Amino acid sequence: MTHQYPALTAEQKKELSDIALRIVAPGKGILAADESVGDMAKRLNQIGVENTEENRRLYRQVLFSADSRVKKCIGGVIFFHETMYQKADDGTPFVQMIKDKGIVVGIKVDKGVVPLAGTDGETTTQGLDGLSERCAQYKKDGADFAKWRCVLKISDNTPSALAIMENANVLARYASICQQNGIVPIVEPEILPDGDHDLKRCQYVTEKVLAAVYKALSDHHVYLEGTLLKPNMVTPGHSCPTKYSPEEIAMATVTALRRTVPPAVPGVTFLSGGQSEEEASINLNAINTCPLARPWALTFSYGRALQASALSAWRGQRDNASAATEEFVKRAEVNGLAALGKYEGSGDESGAAAQSLYVANHAY
Amino acid sequence: MTHQFPALSPEQKKALSDIAQRIVASGKGILAADESVGTMGNRLQKINVENTEENRRAFREILFSSDISINQSIGGVILFHETLYQKDSSGKSFPALIKEKGIVVGIKLDKGTAPLAGTNGETTIQGKKRSKYDHDCTVLSSTGLDGLAERCAQYKKDGADFGKWRAVLKITSTTPSQLAIQENANTLARYASICQQHGLVPIVEPEILPDGDHDLQRCQYVTEKVLAAVYKALNDHHVYLEGTLLKPNMVTAGHSCPKKYTPQDVAIATVTTLLRTVPAAVPGICFLSGGQSEEEASLNLNAMNQSPLPKPWKLTFSYGRALQASALAAWVGKSENKKAAQEAFRKRAQINSLACRGQYVVSGKTDAAAMQSLFTASYTY
Repeated sequence: MTHQYPALTAEQKKELSDIALRIVAPGKGILAADESVGDMAKRLNQIGVENTEENRRLYRQVLFSADSRVKKCIGGVIFFHETMYQKADDGTPFVQMIKDKGIVVGIKVDKGVVPLAGTDGETTTQGLDGLSERCAQYKKDGADFAKWRCVLKISDNTPSALAIMENANVLARYASICQQNGIVPIVEPEILPDGDHDLKRCQYVTEKVLAAVYKALSDHHVYLEGTLLKPNMVTPGHSCPTKYSPEEIAMATVTALRRTVPPAVPGVTFLSGGQSEEEASINLNAINTCPLARPWALTFSYGRALQASALSAWRGQRDNASAATEEFVKRAEVNGLAALGKYEGSGDESGAAAQSLYVANHAY
Repeated sequence: MTHQFPALSPEQKKALSDIAQRIVASGKGILAADESVGTMGNRLQKINVENTEENRRAFREILFSSDISINQSIGGVILFHETLYQKDSSGKSFPALIKEKGIVVGIKLDKGTAPLAGTNGETTIQGKKRSKYDHDCTVLSSTGLDGLAERCAQYKKDGADFGKWRAVLKITSTTPSQLAIQENANTLARYASICQQHGLVPIVEPEILPDGDHDLQRCQYVTEKVLAAVYKALNDHHVYLEGTLLKPNMVTAGHSCPKKYTPQDVAIATVTTLLRTVPAAVPGICFLSGGQSEEEASLNLNAMNQSPLPKPWKLTFSYGRALQASALAAWVGKSENKKAAQEAFRKRAQINSLACRGQYVVSGKTDAAAMQSLFTASYTY
């Protein structure tokens, strides 16, 4: 605590900061296409497609074949390990396809949740073993940022002090290791939307969790200007009887962030956490038109909320590929507008866009 | 951690937030006139004036009876306990005199430092009287929050709307220690929590002394660690950030550091530190002057407000010595010098008002008193 032993040189800091700013440049957000094999099974199952490596490759090809319209609204794509080394039909590596569009490549590096003994079903996330070597290799293979997801849940006696402290600590270790290898860490402390708690409860818990996260990042000497935050929006629990407007969600979310996220953090890229495509866009837009001052970029890192329509348009058929790609581009553009506070809503309440994408107790 | 038991009602929050906003309204800062009896003794000794209650009263009257236009530059005044109950020559109480100018009255709530056992001369804050050992800072630690709630309630009745509590840390090869940081952060958070319960906006002051030969980077590193601990503690104690103010040191080199830095260096280091640690919900940051000369304190504040870095909070002043040195030198204890002393004070207040908008342009010469370093080694109350 008394002396500084600098973790990063000035050049390393600049590189990290530049990468982070490119990802969250105005109007841009992240496509989270890092579903594990198990997660993809659920997605493909829903459209009656077999979960083979080839089908996963074909599906990601649908997304990555998007035309230059996505350059304006997608700043980064998060890959799963397998996908980093897959290629398009014409042999072009996916990593290269993304980089050729001027989009930054990211990689999921956590290895899923594991139980915390003595708690009420709480977890931490594993993946620190050999992480440095893996980061170095991913950097060589084209990745410039990474993502690591921790999970907390709200119930009568959770999240516990241990769960908050342990997850904050493991996120800070991960972030520190990433930065040593030129990789911008996206820090994701997800508080699940499961439960019947109200908006206030979620806000309270989110503030406690984020305060712990940023204290841990400080303790671990993490360079905040070279990180991104991927939190949940502050919302009521999924079975909460009270309904709230996007504006209320926006105020609760931005207030929580203003109380906990240092302005040095360049961007906050929200997870969609089971919100429908349209809900996730409307809420993001409300966040960006909220009257409170917002010193960081507020944008998206959406998985399901960017891909649901594309998936159901594709249904595993090559003939549907361009239509599916088009669905993805549409959602990407909408969220790009929402990240600028310029999205006026679709007016279309039916179809895949509005369908709730909530999956109970979502774990990888 | 699992459930919220709200510490404040929405009305209480609004009242605190409104007070804080008034203190740091655009172009305004704080006059720290809360020197204890002992510290006033040091000030008065320098101008050969006896440290009597009447002399202390007379000097404060000079400041507080300034023309009402002083309220363009001064949003709040911090008083020492004795001063809160003093009156001007016409019998008007000092709080009334200050409030009728639309300026918020504050009160110093700590009573100085007490040692932390097992540390290298480090301290925490107490709310009790000093012992004869305090000067050395080598004896046992003590608490300091006893009876604070009752004192806050009384001060609120007597006209105060904000409080101030100073914690002290120092930089050496072995300090600040983990314990000193954690203990001072915790005590500041307890104080802040108690204040808010009684409608007082807490000014949180974690001062890292400028003593030493460390460079700017070292001060920046330590300040980042200290402020991160302070804000974690405030969060743990459920303090409502929108109803607080921060009074930190600027990030500067140690006073005996051989390397010299410009106001721009100080500005970048300071604002970077704050961006990494102070949530945007905090309405204002009012720097202590910590021994800088009047002019230095203004130039540094100005450089911060001119710097291209984002500034989501107000960056303003809470100056004691750096607002009063010239006034004291002009007064030298003589009532016939009152106007000259007031003019000297008004000038510094106005300059600092410009500095907190990044609009201070230095012209011509600055006088000797303004440039004189006000550094006092190992400054304690």
